[in-house]
Amino acid sequence: MAQAVPIERKWWSGGKSPFNVEYGKLMMWYFLMSDAFTFGAFLISYGTIRFSSNNWPNPNHVFNAFPFLEGINLPLAFVSLMTFILIMSSVTMVLAVHEGHLMNKKGVVNWLAWTILGGLAFLGCQAWEWTHLFHEGAWWGRNPFPNADGSVSTTNFTNFFFTITGFHGFHVFSGVLINIIMLFMAMSGTFDRRGHYLMIEKAGLYWHFVDLVWVFVFLCFYLI
Amino acid sequence: MEQHHHTVSPEISVVHHHDSGTKRIWKTFWILLGITVIELGLGLTMYAFPNMSEWVHIAIKGSIVILSLAKAVYIVSIFMHLGDEIRNMIMTIAVPLMLFVWFIGAFLWDGYSWKNLRNDYDPYKREEGTRKMEKKEHGAEQKPSHLQ
Repeated sequence: MAQAVPIERKWWSGGKSPFNVEYGKLMMWYFLMSDAFTFGAFLISYGTIRFSSNNWPNPNHVFNAFPFLEGINLPLAFVSLMTFILIMSSVTMVLAVHEGHLMNKKGVVNWLAWTILGGLAFLGCQAWEWTHLFHEGAWWGRNPFPNADGSVSTTNFTNFFFTITGFHGFHVFSGVLINIIMLFMAMSGTFDRRGHYLMIEKAGLYWHFVDLVWVFVFLCFYLI
Repeated sequence: MEQHHHTVSPEISVVHHHDSGTKRIWKTFWILLGITVIELGLGLTMYAFPNMSEWVHIAIKGSIVILSLAKAVYIVSIFMHLGDEIRNMIMTIAVPLMLFVWFIGAFLWDGYSWKNLRNDYDPYKREEGTRKMEKKEHGAEQKPSHLQ
């Protein structure tokens, strides 16, 4: 629920931030809003092309492989694991932010380390999936997968898939880098000297956004 | 709850009240996990019964979309703590995002209309869907020539 603010408090009379948030955090929110439109534009253009096509490959038949279990038909199993890893790393990030509110340096370092590990695990999974699809013959400009009804498909499917999951993967990668920097800053006591862990909150916002985008990538490419 | 101190940051006049427990976080985690499992179940249902009618198909896809939106709301309001901010600030983010209503509706509609127009007036497009792709064995795809 929205924060309870006493009715007589005059937020707009000067001298304080009317939004009661730090400048950097507010700007992080506005950056994320603009990034949401970037991803939105990507996914909507994918949707538009898909709606303009008479047929489309069935994701259950394309994404059915799992590492070390070659030749076994496991539709959506691997991407579910990736989704689980990302949700889990989102939870460890909130826990890091939570420990930051309590000014508990050890807790922040511990949960941040887990978050970084989760991010790296996700990137590893994505690297495996891309490699696997590449060996199946899929890449930008070529699509070995037939449409759901067996008819000849276009390269729209693979072009959009690699572009959008690649753009998301790049966000995960930069999120991991940001988290590593935060980890070193926390370990060296920078935030303790500053008296607050607001930087962890800002990095956390970015990290959750990456998870949020994955919800929609998962939805648009794998589920429907 | 109301405290006046400026040790956090001069821009923050009211310090948020954070419950010392992490119960809310874990509860949200289980909700997100549960929704994801349901989504998967629905997705696999479509896989298990490929001959279901178009109507059921669209209904299932619609439910998955709604469940994903629910997940998004949980992530933004609990994990990102947007729900804890001042209402004015929430609105500066939520109101511009309403553009998505037009953005999604207009573009998908346009794509759909383009498909119908081409099916009506472009004979090549009409026949395109009738050409079958040769079935290939998994893993035995032809490699692109520059890789051989």
